Amino acid sequence: MEAIFLAFILMLSMFLGFELISKVPATLHTPLMSGANAISGITIVGALLSAGSGQGAMATWLGAAAVAFATVNVVGGYMVTDRMLAMFRKKDGGA
Amino acid sequence: MSEQLINLAYIVAAILFIYGLKQLGSPATARRGNLLSSVGMLIAIVVTLLSKQILEFEWIIGAAAAGALIGFFAARLVAMTSMPEMVALFNGSGGIASLLVGWAALYNVGNTTFTVVTIFLSILIGGVTFSGSLVAWGKLSEVMPSKAIVFAGQRVVNGALLIAIVTAGVMFCMDPTIMSYEFMAVVVLSLILGVMVVIPIGGADMPVVISLLNAYSGLAACAAGFAINNNILIVAGSLVGAAGMILTNIMCKAMNRSLANVLFSGFGAVKTATKVEGEVKPIVAEDAYLILEAASSVTFVPGYGMAVAQAQHVVRELGELLEANGADVSYAVHPVAGRMPGHMNVLLAEANVPYDQLVEMDDINPRIKNIDVAVVIGANDVVNPAARNDENSPIYGMPIINVDHARTVFVLKRSMAAGFSGVDNPLFFGENTRMLFGDAKASISAVIAQFKG
Repeated sequence: MEAIFLAFILMLSMFLGFELISKVPATLHTPLMSGANAISGITIVGALLSAGSGQGAMATWLGAAAVAFATVNVVGGYMVTDRMLAMFRKKDGGA
Repeated sequence: MSEQLINLAYIVAAILFIYGLKQLGSPATARRGNLLSSVGMLIAIVVTLLSKQILEFEWIIGAAAAGALIGFFAARLVAMTSMPEMVALFNGSGGIASLLVGWAALYNVGNTTFTVVTIFLSILIGGVTFSGSLVAWGKLSEVMPSKAIVFAGQRVVNGALLIAIVTAGVMFCMDPTIMSYEFMAVVVLSLILGVMVVIPIGGADMPVVISLLNAYSGLAACAAGFAINNNILIVAGSLVGAAGMILTNIMCKAMNRSLANVLFSGFGAVKTATKVEGEVKPIVAEDAYLILEAASSVTFVPGYGMAVAQAQHVVRELGELLEANGADVSYAVHPVAGRMPGHMNVLLAEANVPYDQLVEMDDINPRIKNIDVAVVIGANDVVNPAARNDENSPIYGMPIINVDHARTVFVLKRSMAAGFSGVDNPLFFGENTRMLFGDAKASISAVIAQFKG
């Protein structure tokens, strides 16, 4: 039942993702991708659970390595997206 | 924190991700959307750290600090021209993180067969994403040759590779022992597959590959979410997967090719375009100035060459001078201009071009007949009329910006060599085309000097 429940979430969020992202204008496709990089850093949640739950040395190391990679995505992704979006401005000043 | 509270916080995080993406629908709200999304991420991380499952912190702190430092400097220091390489590397690090999380999930006790299958998937997709992204990065940064690498029997090798992975995967799922030969085979073969998938794809098709790898990195996170039974990974991963798939689809459409065609055939290997003969009409900066000075509407059509020549700042300066002169100025961006979706827009935004002057192909084409001067800077395929007229052209059928329909076309070009994909471009011989040879930045600066002089 758990598997079905998770698959249900997957299905709904896929459809929602398609709806939302098809509305993003072409101008913002690069920030969309780097923002998506940041969101895919969500694996950090899984990585933290592996690294910190004391399941032996191997699981801890694997988890720690995953934490490092996922943090690169989270920090780098959000920061570079912000840096790009800050450059988009309307004609008469203002964002 | 109890399990319920954590899951409740994950729901809040999911709402923030979704709302953040919704705000990305307009440049005016996009920055706030990104901020909301990052708050969602922070919430997800903090509540996970507070969960009872986490007993030891020393490794976590070290790893997170290292990752944060790398991410911080990467985001600060990267040049906007290098965004494709950066996104390629981020795709890769997302992939490897999912692979590692899947691998670590093997150490959980009481995994069901379904869980083991999802562990296999997160290793497979994560591995392909990781090595594929590294190859894509190599091609983009020209560490390795950017053209398609094709060899005899490639399909046979790839077929054998797929069969080997499926076999190893099935054996692994039936007997999920850690560090068994089957398991090692799955990891190694996934990494090889990633390399094999990307090497036959040429430089001009890179926007498709990056988008696709972006989708894979999301799907890998999804698979990892199944492997550790975690909702927020599935929600966030599928949002990323959807983003990547939509962009892949847009890129394929903009090149009038199917995804299968991009993935399995080296570009330009099939057809040779009809050779066009004609005479080019070169002009000098003074003449270009006279024509531009009299124009009441000018549109710039940038391509990857503009980024290479770092000409975006002088282009914007010329645009402002033309506006001050009373002309209507716009920048027409083809969906596959540059090496990743939206790349030109970011470069122009960096050069202070307001986003309301950036127009899409479908907006400019209907009114291009009324444009006095179309200035093509470092673009080739995306303005090549052969895509409309020449059935033998490898790019036949690809939607283009019809600059040849404008009253006058300026093409800025280094010299008369064929463009990136080696396609002959009849635009250069057009009745209303004038060629401005030389480095794009120098040419435009010369025109600016005329304006000011």
